[in-house]
Amino acid sequence: MHSHKLQVSDLTVSYHRIPALHHIAFEVACGQCVALLGPNGAGKSTLLKSLAGLVPRETGRIAFHEREVQGATHDFAYLPQRENIDWDFPTTVRGLVEMGRYLRIGWWRRYRDEDAKAVDEAISAMHLGPLAHRQISALSGGQQQRAFLARALAQQAHVFLLDEPFTGLDKPTQDNLKQMLRTLKEQGKLIIASHHDLQTVPELFDQVILLNGELIGAGPVSEVFTEPLVHKTYHTPTFAGPNGGHHH
Amino acid sequence: MRRVLVGGALIGFTNGLLGAFIVLRRMALMADALSHSLLPGLAVAFILFGLAPSGLFFGALVAALLVALGAQMLARSSRLKEDTALGILYTGAFSLGVVLIGIFKPRISLDHYLFGNILGLSNTDIWLVYGVSLLVVPLLTALQRPLFLTIFDPAVAMSQGIRVNILNFVLMVAIVLTMIASVQAIGVIMLIGLLIIPAATIYLLCDSYPAMLWGGGALGMLGSCSGLLLSYWFNLPSGACIVLVLLGIFFFAYFFSPRYGLFRKMLHARHFHEESLARWRQQPSAEVVGKE
Repeated sequence: MHSHKLQVSDLTVSYHRIPALHHIAFEVACGQCVALLGPNGAGKSTLLKSLAGLVPRETGRIAFHEREVQGATHDFAYLPQRENIDWDFPTTVRGLVEMGRYLRIGWWRRYRDEDAKAVDEAISAMHLGPLAHRQISALSGGQQQRAFLARALAQQAHVFLLDEPFTGLDKPTQDNLKQMLRTLKEQGKLIIASHHDLQTVPELFDQVILLNGELIGAGPVSEVFTEPLVHKTYHTPTFAGPNGGHHH
Repeated sequence: MRRVLVGGALIGFTNGLLGAFIVLRRMALMADALSHSLLPGLAVAFILFGLAPSGLFFGALVAALLVALGAQMLARSSRLKEDTALGILYTGAFSLGVVLIGIFKPRISLDHYLFGNILGLSNTDIWLVYGVSLLVVPLLTALQRPLFLTIFDPAVAMSQGIRVNILNFVLMVAIVLTMIASVQAIGVIMLIGLLIIPAATIYLLCDSYPAMLWGGGALGMLGSCSGLLLSYWFNLPSGACIVLVLLGIFFFAYFFSPRYGLFRKMLHARHFHEESLARWRQQPSAEVVGKE
């Protein structure tokens, strides 16, 4: 049987020979929302970047749909952090989503009707229709995130890697993003997001990965998101640094 | 004159096209530094090979690349940031060029180099303009998607397998080649104006990066040709005429751009306020929801 899942085994990542992630192994099925939890310096961003192919891995294997992932792949979409984006860039929401198609069709191929259709679908799935012709700085924070999700959709990515997507959102915007992620989930996408608000975990996510430099636990919220494991995640010193015990 | 106009049009187009990337990547200062570092290369090439055009061409190319790469190395190997490193190296290179010219007294006129003399374009210079335009314009057109993506979103570009470093190097070489081809006509000091003003003008007018690319090229061509004609009719320096024409168009866009012009902004501010006031009156509970 074909298995729709992401498998990570024995993943180790170091920065300048200082390890940030140690022998991580987990397995998640598609069509789920996964929270990546852990204290500051636990390696949440590093894990996301390493899945996206942005930082080299020292050891380990990443497989998607039972095929080994090596280097760049269109199946994975990494959503950049807000501060890394030049919001005055001359592009509308539609132009941004079209970039997702460029990733898919390559640098020289012509832009065809099917590409325009994929862009339309992505824009309407993320409820951006009325905003499609706005320049990207004229959007609210939540709308900007949806625009980047739409780009990943147009790229036909299957795994969405998000760095702290819920940080700084008020309640209505958070609910809206939750709704959008649910839409993606129903399309069979796998969403992995770092997160730091423990209270909202059960309502927003199906699965958790508890990280503290090493893997503390991974699995469904009901089984793994338990008091002892969470305590262990946040109150054992991380080998990576002195801030290990910091609690949000 | 027609020959000069065609050369000017090509220089304008190539510079304007390149400008889109420079404006968006905030490389204006770096481009200016590169243009100044051509001088020692020209001087050394003259001392070694005389006035042979190929020698001058490679001298200038090597000098500019040495300064650009040297600045990167200096920044990476110390705590200096790249703009400082670049400032140190390019003024150093420029001074070296001035001193070399002072010692060896080659028949390079510093005035021509600084201010340009498009009417003094030789046939070789025109061929150089053709060659560089024929290389740079198709190259940038072919690479525009990865270049724009790299400028906009470097992390994602990298995660999609784009060799960001190689692309940056290609862009830098394209800039230096274009400068070498343009310096005879425009001069070092005005060069940067022809390079960035067209793209900066289009940037104030629209929200489409392909439009910035082609619009920049078209505007550069227009400014270059009309500046040349003015300089011809009134017997004025060509580089300055070109930049002044472009500057006039730029300020027109700055004030009257329907989207990002100053006047529009002044009108818009009130409009936003009224809109938000109306919304606020409609839903008095909005405040409470937002705070939860």
